[in-house]
Amino acid sequence: MNKRIFLDPLFKNNPVSILALGICSALAVTVKLEPALVMALSVTLVTGFSELILSLLRNTIPNRIRIIVQLVVVATLVILVDLILKAYSWQISKQLSVFVGLIITNCIIMGRIEAFALINKPFPSFVDGIANGLGYGMILVAVAFFRELLGSGTILGHHVIPGNWYVANGGFYENNGLFLLPPMALIVVGLIVWIFNAKNDKKVWNK
Amino acid sequence: MEQIVNIFVKGIFTENMIFAYFLGMCSYLAVSKTVKTASGLGVAVIFVLLITLPVNYLLNRYVLSPGALTWINPLWAEVDLSFLSFILFIAVIAAMVQLVEMVVEKFAPALYNNLGIFLPLIAVNCAVLGASLFMQEKEYENILQVISYALGSGIGWFLAIVSIAAIREKLSYSNIPAPMRGLGIAFIITGLMGIAFMSFMGIQL
Repeated sequence: MNKRIFLDPLFKNNPVSILALGICSALAVTVKLEPALVMALSVTLVTGFSELILSLLRNTIPNRIRIIVQLVVVATLVILVDLILKAYSWQISKQLSVFVGLIITNCIIMGRIEAFALINKPFPSFVDGIANGLGYGMILVAVAFFRELLGSGTILGHHVIPGNWYVANGGFYENNGLFLLPPMALIVVGLIVWIFNAKNDKKVWNK
Repeated sequence: MEQIVNIFVKGIFTENMIFAYFLGMCSYLAVSKTVKTASGLGVAVIFVLLITLPVNYLLNRYVLSPGALTWINPLWAEVDLSFLSFILFIAVIAAMVQLVEMVVEKFAPALYNNLGIFLPLIAVNCAVLGASLFMQEKEYENILQVISYALGSGIGWFLAIVSIAAIREKLSYSNIPAPMRGLGIAFIITGLMGIAFMSFMGIQL
C-alpha cells in the first residue's frame, strides 16, 4: 500500500507531466542545475511536512475555513525554508529570488492536501507528500539538466564539453543560447510530457 | 509619468507573467480550452491584481519593511517584520478572492458557473502572489507605479490565456500525435509564443 503511494506520483500520476500541477514555480529556476536541485528539495520537504501536519489536524479543522488553515501551515513552512536558505546559502537564495515564496501557491501542495491529507492517516500522507515532491523534483532536475548541458555546456558548473570542441578554439561545437531563454523550458517540458504519455498511454488530457 | 507607462508596457510584453516567469501556469493550462472561460478568468485575475497589489504595497510600506513602523512610534525603527510578508500577502489575497467570488456569484451567475472551481483557485494562482513578491523586490516608489504594474501584468496574463485558448480551439481540428495531445502540445505552443514575445525585449519608452 505504502509502496504504491510512493511510486505512483513518481511515474504513473506524476504531478507535473500528467496532472499539469505545480508548473508555476517550477520552470523559472531551471536554467542551472544547482538552484533546481535546491528548489526540488525545498518543495519535497514542504509538501511532505505540510501534508503530515494537516493530516494530524484533519479532524479538528472546521471545513469552512480549511483553505485558510492550509495556507497558514504551508506559508509557515515556506518561511522556514526561506530563512534557512538565506542563512546557509545566500547565493542560491538570491538566484531563487521570489520563487521560494511562490512554493506557497504551488498547486501540487494545495492539491495533494485537499485530495489526500485531509482524508488519510498521517504516515501515508507524509509518504504521499514526499513522493509528490520527488515526482515534481524529477521533472525539474531533468529540465535543468538539459538546459544547463545544452545551454552552457556545463553540469553543476563543471565543464563537460571538451574545450577544444568549441568553434572559438577551432572545433565544431557551439552552445545553444536559446536554451538559456525562458521559452525553452516549456518546450523541454512539452517533450517530457510527450515521452511520459507515450509510455503510459493514459489519455487523461485527451478530449 | 513616463516611468509609469514604461512599467505598464514592460508588464504586458517584456516581463510577461506567463512567458517570462511562468507564473499562473496551472490555471493557464486548465482553463484555456475555450476563449469565453479564458477571458472570464483573465478579467478576474486583472481585477484581483488591481485590488491586492496596492493593498499589499501599503502593507509592505507601512508595516512589513525594516523600520516601517516608525509612523506609530519612533522607537520601533529597529523592528523588521519582513519575514511575515509571505503569510500576510497570501492572507490579503485569499480574503480579496473570497470577496470577488461573492461579487461574481451575485452579479454574474453565468460566469460563476463557467469558472467553477477555478475562481477560488485564483487565491493560489502564482501570478497574484508572484506579482506581490515582485512588487516587494522591485521597490516601486509610489502607489501609482504599483497600480500600473498590476494593470500591466494583469493584461499581459489576460493576453496570454486568451491567445492560447484561441489557438487550442483551432487545434482540436488538427492531427497531432496522440501522446502529444492536450498538455504536451499546449506546453510547446506556449514556448513558441514565448519566443515570439521575446522579440519585445529591450523596448523602452
